[in-house]
Amino acid sequence: MTALKLTNVNKSFGEVQVLQDINLEVEEGEFVVFVGPSGCGKSTLLRVIAGLEDATSGEVTIDEQVVNQTPPSKRGIAMVFQTYALYPHLNVRGNMSLALKQDKQPKAVIEERVATASRMLNLEPYIDRYPSELSGGQRQRVAIGRAIVREPKLFLFDEPLSNLDAALRMNTRIEIANLHRQLGTSMIYVTHDQTEAMTLADKIVVLRHGQVEQIGSPMELYNNPTNQFVAGFLGSPSMNFFPAGLVHAGDDRTIGVRPENLYLTDDGVLDAEVSHVEQLGADTNVVAQVDDHQITVRLFGQHFIEEGQNLRFGFKPENAYHFDRDGLRLR
Amino acid sequence: MHKARTNPFNTMGMHGALILYTLIALFPVFVILINSFKARKAIFREPLALPDSDSFSLIGYQTVMRQGDFFLYFQNSMIVTVASLFFILLFGAMAAYALAEYRFKGNLLMGLYLALGIMIPIRIGTVAILEMMVATGLVNTLWALILVYTAQGLPLAVFILSEFMRQVSDDLKNAGRIDGLSEYTIFFRLVLPLVRPAMATVAVFNMIPIWNDLWFPLILAPAEKTKTLTLGSQVFIGQFVTDWNAVLSALSMAILPVLILYVIFSRQLIRGITSGAVK
Ligand SMILES: Nc1ncnc2c1ncn2[C@@H]1O[C@H](COP(=O)(O)OP(=O)(O)OP(=O)(O)O)[C@@H](O)[C@H]1O
Ligand SMILES: [Mg+2]
Repeated sequence: MTALKLTNVNKSFGEVQVLQDINLEVEEGEFVVFVGPSGCGKSTLLRVIAGLEDATSGEVTIDEQVVNQTPPSKRGIAMVFQTYALYPHLNVRGNMSLALKQDKQPKAVIEERVATASRMLNLEPYIDRYPSELSGGQRQRVAIGRAIVREPKLFLFDEPLSNLDAALRMNTRIEIANLHRQLGTSMIYVTHDQTEAMTLADKIVVLRHGQVEQIGSPMELYNNPTNQFVAGFLGSPSMNFFPAGLVHAGDDRTIGVRPENLYLTDDGVLDAEVSHVEQLGADTNVVAQVDDHQITVRLFGQHFIEEGQNLRFGFKPENAYHFDRDGLRLR
Repeated sequence: MHKARTNPFNTMGMHGALILYTLIALFPVFVILINSFKARKAIFREPLALPDSDSFSLIGYQTVMRQGDFFLYFQNSMIVTVASLFFILLFGAMAAYALAEYRFKGNLLMGLYLALGIMIPIRIGTVAILEMMVATGLVNTLWALILVYTAQGLPLAVFILSEFMRQVSDDLKNAGRIDGLSEYTIFFRLVLPLVRPAMATVAVFNMIPIWNDLWFPLILAPAEKTKTLTLGSQVFIGQFVTDWNAVLSALSMAILPVLILYVIFSRQLIRGITSGAVK
């Protein structure tokens, strides 16, 4: 069964077209991540799905029903916002139970669901506190709890972790993954952090300028990008691009090679001058110039390389991606 | 919270300046108060002296109580001020929310139109207003005053409040929409409490001019039963003789209600300022 289906969805704000012809299917229980650079329309797409913005044209189908005319509260969705957006005048319990009260659920049901959710998220000690008395991580958990108690058919997360510090982000990421396993509900998750995208997603949707660039599982996108944008967007450090002319004179394509697929070799095709070295312990990232082109090489283990040194790098032909002038992948 | 520079000289200088300002601001009020308790001769002989057993007299207050319906005037002023503030805040906030929150045709134009009222004094339209009030039979009712003051206060209220409402987090309103709150609930329960400091500012700005206004009560509601305090006190000011005892006593009593209202609003103001600072 499909939990969500978008058919030719467009969205304009006046003259500006923010979303162009989006088509997407989310299966029951799937974890889908929207990634893309800032301003590409991820949040707008999420708000269209939630019903907070109307699509200019196209159809939004949730759980086999066209919901274009359905208000957000009746769509069977729950949303977690980047800024938590807790109700400041209600305590944790009040925040979590408000939607159910609005929905006229019996008291016993409300109490039971709030209790279950707060147990899942370890919120029990804070249940009577107000949002201003909670830390950032606790607030985010309350926001997630507020979504859980509604038992939605679809969860929407808009960059839920971007206001948390690095350690907390990792913990909460794991918590969200656990939550998905426990609940088995479809989730849509917006981020521009590609680690979050790679680790959480069943399916990644890469957006740029309001258009879908590619849809696929994390490894599919990583191994088989359809264009230069997707290839450069996923992976860290990101893929190196240089003109194929550097390797074969007269070739006007662009070659892409991932930093980890470049290696030191005396007969390498790339003659590079090292400009910067980052020692990470397990890896060494070497930034070097080949003519005017900067490349990044990720060497495994610890290498002691001096800045200004001249090195030769090579790569295996099967690790090279070729792109045409418009950035489309050539196979 | 971060600690401000706590140089004792700075603090002392700051407090000194503030105390000085307070003294200057309170001095006229103080003079009015002490003189309202003095006999007429003493007021002119030593205006700055405190009332003593010789000069002490309640004659002013007695005159005020005897003369006319002082309590009725009082009540009229109170009704007009409080009702006007209520409507200014209610309609001002609603209009501001619509302008800040919803995209509709003519949104910007409407905002400009409403802001225009800030620049054009309402008294220019006095004749037209009077004609309208006569036509609708509202002359010599408190409603005439309430309507005029509401109209007078709305432009600035809309202007200030819409600026603040734009700053209320979109996510919060959207969370409410997803949880099934109606637009009215979102407005009254989520947005209004967050702009409370701005509302208090608007209330304080509007309160004093309304309370002190003489122009519109004189023109629109001069009847005995609708006189406001300011208008009622005028009976003691004659062209040739002025009953200073009565005027000073009336003024002293007129200060009280404004003071009480101000204390109520300013508490909101201060709470707003500190809650905004410690984010
Ligand atoms: N209400 C609006 N009116 C006009 N333009 C808007 C509106 N909301 C968003 N936009 C525009 O739509 C584009 C997409 O915005 P959106 O918030 O969806 O980006 P995003 O991908 O979520 O970015 P980020 O990663 O920074 O959150 C932006 O260029 C933005 O300027
Ligand atoms: Mg966004």
